[in-house]
Amino acid sequence: MQSSAAQPSASTELGELTVSVWRGAADGRLESFRVPHRTSQTVLDVVTWIQRHLDPTLTYRFACRVGMCGSCAMMVNGAPRWTCRTHVSRVAKDGHLELRPLRNLPVVKDLAADMTEFFDKWRDAYGRFSPTPTADGDFHRVDPESAERKAASAGIECIGCAVCYAACDVVSWNPDYLGPAALNRAWTLINDVRDADRSGHLAAVADDAGCHACHSQGSCTKHCPNGLNPSMAITGLKKSVLGALLRGDL
Amino acid sequence: MSTLSRVAASRNHPAYWAFLVHRLSGLGLALFLPLHLLVLGLAVERASLDGFLSWTDRPLVKLAETGLVVLLAVHLTGGLRVLALEFLPWSDAQKTRIAIAFGVALAVGLLFLLLAV
Repeated sequence: MQSSAAQPSASTELGELTVSVWRGAADGRLESFRVPHRTSQTVLDVVTWIQRHLDPTLTYRFACRVGMCGSCAMMVNGAPRWTCRTHVSRVAKDGHLELRPLRNLPVVKDLAADMTEFFDKWRDAYGRFSPTPTADGDFHRVDPESAERKAASAGIECIGCAVCYAACDVVSWNPDYLGPAALNRAWTLINDVRDADRSGHLAAVADDAGCHACHSQGSCTKHCPNGLNPSMAITGLKKSVLGALLRGDL
Repeated sequence: MSTLSRVAASRNHPAYWAFLVHRLSGLGLALFLPLHLLVLGLAVERASLDGFLSWTDRPLVKLAETGLVVLLAVHLTGGLRVLALEFLPWSDAQKTRIAIAFGVALAVGLLFLLLAV
């Protein structure tokens, strides 16, 4: 607990926030800070204020501050959120915020989670584009109104923030589960007419840790800050895998 | 914040409730199944089955049976919802489907109660 005497004045017309922040690694603890509550203040503003005015050793991650880079996600009052686009006035309960690192990922320190396994699973889901050899041929003609392109376009704005991964209970129960973001990525690729290895993408998500492990709890879709729908992508993968199996493609 | 509020914060939405009800009703039915088989076993001796069946006419037992019927109905409608989710084209009306599944299950339970009294 910070001593109030040691802190700069924290009074503004909106009053004061009490902010509990996770400190340390997995065996850490919550530490309480008092922060001025300002208009249009984001949760990331609060964390930055703590680091700049109260405790420079506080560790957290951010870059763009405008909801594009996906690096500032944390658990805010129990729910995963992108903190740069989350207004304090929307989430504070009785002037209190509780900030923890993203769930389902190892903690590096304080509010910084280790994202390695999250991105490793994009690789395991064969989440990379497999180009067709078109150097000598014509360009692919992509019809923006086709069902495939619409399905791919609906999922490509993922910023890799891992909010869906932190919201998912299946990830907690089955550490091998690829998770909503990696499966959403696979769904965009199998709907991309320029990709040369549709069967390969389906095979990568067809096993026990893939799309069939999803229980359709929908927390990924509920919390995706970009309004994407990984639940839809995963049900799409389930249908595509079944179809490929019945056709003998898998 | 309390552990309960923290746990509920990311899960308090219709799709998670639908998952939870489907899972818990399935567990409830699995626990009931041995009792059901035990009662069927009583049919070997007519007198003991008749004795048990007259016991089930009590109002409290009827009420418990209504709960059982709701469990069965909600597991059935929830299962149909999951099948629709996984095999039909995606629909944005997931909340409506969940409401229909719960509504039909509740209606079946009330109908059973109405016929029982």
